[in-house]
Amino acid sequence: MDLDTLLSFSWHAMGPEFIILGTATLLSLLDLFLPRSFHRKWLGWLSVASIVAAIVFLLTLIGDTPFAILYDTFRLDSFAIAFKLVLLVAAGFVLLLAISYEPKEKLTEFRGEFFYLFLVALLGAMIMSSSGDLITLFVGLELMTLSSYILVGIRKKHLPSNESAMKYVINGGIATAITLFGMSYLYGVAGTTNLLEMAERLQELTNTQHLFLLALAFLMILVGLSFKIAAAPFHMWTPDVYEGAPIPVTAFLSIISKAAGFILIIRMFITVFYHIPDVSNNSSLLMALQSFLAVLAAVTMIWGNIVALRQTKIKRMLAYSSVAHAGYLLVAVTAFSAFMVETIWFYLTAYLFMTIAVFSLLQLMNIEEVKQLSGLSKRAPLLAVALALTMLGLAGIPGTSGFIGKLNIFLGALSTEPTHYLLAAILIATTVISYIYYFKLIIYAFFREANRTFQMSGKKMNGVIISICVLMTVLLGVFPQLAYDFLHQNFLSFYDFLQ
Amino acid sequence: MGFPFILTIIVFAPLLGVLLLTLVAKTKEKLIKTVAILSTLPSLFLSIYLIISSKMGVELVSYSGKLSWMQFGNPEVFGKLYSIDYELGVDGFSLILLLLTALLSTLAAFASFQIKAGWKGYYMLFLLLEVGMLGVFAAENLILFFIFFEVTLVATFFLIGKWGLYEKERTAFSLLIYNGMGSAILLVVIMVLFAKTGTANIDALMSILSADDGTVFSSKVKTGLLIALFIAFGIKLPIWPFHSWMVKVHSEAPAAIVMLHAGVLLKIGAYGLIHFGLGFFPKQFESLTLWLAILGVINLLYGAFLALSQQELRKILAYSSISHMGIVLIGLAALNEAGIQGAMFQVVSHGLIAALFFYLIGIFYERYQSTSMADLNGLAKTMPIASGFLLVAGLASLGLPGMSGFVAEFLAFLGLFQEWPVIAVIACLGIILTAVYILRAVLGITFGQQEKAKMVRDMTAFEIWPAIILLLCIVGIGVYPDILSSTLKSIIIGLGG
Repeated sequence: MDLDTLLSFSWHAMGPEFIILGTATLLSLLDLFLPRSFHRKWLGWLSVASIVAAIVFLLTLIGDTPFAILYDTFRLDSFAIAFKLVLLVAAGFVLLLAISYEPKEKLTEFRGEFFYLFLVALLGAMIMSSSGDLITLFVGLELMTLSSYILVGIRKKHLPSNESAMKYVINGGIATAITLFGMSYLYGVAGTTNLLEMAERLQELTNTQHLFLLALAFLMILVGLSFKIAAAPFHMWTPDVYEGAPIPVTAFLSIISKAAGFILIIRMFITVFYHIPDVSNNSSLLMALQSFLAVLAAVTMIWGNIVALRQTKIKRMLAYSSVAHAGYLLVAVTAFSAFMVETIWFYLTAYLFMTIAVFSLLQLMNIEEVKQLSGLSKRAPLLAVALALTMLGLAGIPGTSGFIGKLNIFLGALSTEPTHYLLAAILIATTVISYIYYFKLIIYAFFREANRTFQMSGKKMNGVIISICVLMTVLLGVFPQLAYDFLHQNFLSFYDFLQ
Repeated sequence: MGFPFILTIIVFAPLLGVLLLTLVAKTKEKLIKTVAILSTLPSLFLSIYLIISSKMGVELVSYSGKLSWMQFGNPEVFGKLYSIDYELGVDGFSLILLLLTALLSTLAAFASFQIKAGWKGYYMLFLLLEVGMLGVFAAENLILFFIFFEVTLVATFFLIGKWGLYEKERTAFSLLIYNGMGSAILLVVIMVLFAKTGTANIDALMSILSADDGTVFSSKVKTGLLIALFIAFGIKLPIWPFHSWMVKVHSEAPAAIVMLHAGVLLKIGAYGLIHFGLGFFPKQFESLTLWLAILGVINLLYGAFLALSQQELRKILAYSSISHMGIVLIGLAALNEAGIQGAMFQVVSHGLIAALFFYLIGIFYERYQSTSMADLNGLAKTMPIASGFLLVAGLASLGLPGMSGFVAEFLAFLGLFQEWPVIAVIACLGIILTAVYILRAVLGITFGQQEKAKMVRDMTAFEIWPAIILLLCIVGIGVYPDILSSTLKSIIIGLGG
């Protein structure tokens, strides 16, 4: 490849990625050369600034006709832009959490690393949402995963953090291997790594033996990605890792990592498998394999919600709650309704604000056990109200964005043919079960008297983050059309990634 | 400003109070109480205005308002669009319930003066509860109905969990889980209807479903949906065997909240059964009336028998509520004009009577710190006025002619005798039992011998007037039932009664 070809690509499509990459590089150099006395939190602010810049850049890209660069490996379509927005906003909040994160033993030495590793992980997720090729998909996935291994273990003198990093590496490694193995079948049958080309070639498949290979590939990739999105029964790492990891990293895992997993699932499964005809030739392979997705969704919802009931530590409870939410999102994927992508986008956005709010609350209050919430409403009534609203949102009570998101998923499951009655029923039944553990937090915060006082450790920043997130949760719950209008006006043809 | 926004103002006026209360310091007890009561008034006056103007011949349709709210699916890419509008509207029945809600809210806000601490939070939640209750009756859209329904649930959860009596937490939890299940089932029905017909508007659904000859839903599915609705609203009403949460709420919640709970919230169950069960699936409803009649009789007798053996006034009234809701069921089971009218009358009448009872209970509890019959004995001597009101409330509750309870029971039984005479004869036992347990409780309390007389204040002039208002309504409906029936007539004909 000579310089002329290199320059002929419209590189501005990758603008946001370049901003993030450049800042990450700059930060790592600054961290190396700046004197110790320089407080590393300024590096954090720099990374937040880079995210704002990337968001602004991304917004200018809205409205372009979708195009691809680098031989169709990097695609800029409305799907990519819409989901990158979610990723960037989430990353912005996570970084703000990271700036005000202050563990007992202090992070001084590694604080700089903290920020640029976040940026690199984010870069991986962004590449995933834009990639049109198995190679870029996988590179993005690995970039994100490898950085998050280090992030989980960044408290080097903290035993649980080390343990969870170890668990995460092993589980994640296995998952990646399985995903890659599944992808290798796809490549083997299609002879190309480009997703669109692959879809075309596979459509002309006549040998039914190959279909079984493809189904196998589908299942392998699904299993591998189930680790990423924390779907049962591949969620075993979640509670331990969530508990051990520093709070900003936990927030990262439960939002960005999960969102990236869903982005990959949608991009790959819909592009490739939707167009492959079934054995019986009257529907697509994706439809024929729908029942696997349905079982995964059902098991995830039931398992996550029921095990969450028994948890006494807030972070573990949130881990299982995040498993349950992965189940709800999988219902949307399974149902495959006409508005599936909108549904998932909205749900992820709603989930982002609720999750950031709750982790920010945890960081501010510096508590681990549910019991420690006792007497919160007396001590800090505003925090208690914020906690209550967040919990109501996660439980899907009307008036919050969680309700609208669930309503949308529910409608999707019921409005398609064949109708997923059973899945919808499980969704609603497990939602009621989830009331028990979400309201348990509210009960402790409001109805129980404090037996001892707890030390607030957080800073003003956490208060600001919490207010923004709670406000968004309520706003999107009362005026959901704000989000949907934004989506419909800017990303009219949401499915342009299929062309 | 035309008519369309008047319902919005009625429903959301209390929210203004919530906003005002956020600005008030939480130690300023008097100011908080004043603001709270003032902010229940606009809804009350406006709904009275609505009733009067509808009597003057203004069409109820002209109050309906509609705004587009949210849409699922992209209209420009896919032809089909699921849109949920914000639409409010009333018919005769819901208008009366709207007025009942507004009235009881104002009175309950007065009764809440006995709350000892945390007024600010209490009244904010109280007003939120009022928004929810008003919204339920004004919603013209199933999703909107559901949202308001859940708002009432969350608000009562907090009100009971924080300000309830001894077992407040367990009560709040059991309320949450039972009603959570009920709303989950309700949501399933709502969403199936919405997903398959493409609209959640109640009137539109009624016309689609009545014109449907099995193409949208087979009759089996319809029966299934109706049974699901029965369970969902049966938990709320409550229908035996889903009643245990409601007994707990009656005995553990603060009295003012029980006024609203027994007076309005339970009625949402009846409203839903009549409005949606009967309104959407009239044919299937007809095929289930026998079961409904049997359940109604079970409710009636079960509640009455258990009320007979209770020593705690709150529990007696709780089981009495179950028993009285049985009358709503048998009225509906009759499915003729008299029966349905009886059911609707019973909804309103029991709302008023239960509210009066629990208003008095709040007063007793403040003075005696107990509501068990043994502690209240000999009330006629210590609190003659209060015991007089208790006696009258008891008489209204057992259906004394001239009171609203009589009209309701008479109509419901009249309807039932026309359709299922045998069941009606068994159900008549319930009337006798009601008289027995009410008289046992009321007479025992009023004229019983008290061992150690406790000196307490009688009702003050300030406390008397809410009871008088309630009593006037009860007697008013009893003496001149046409006040209600003229407003209800149109809807009963519409429901095929």
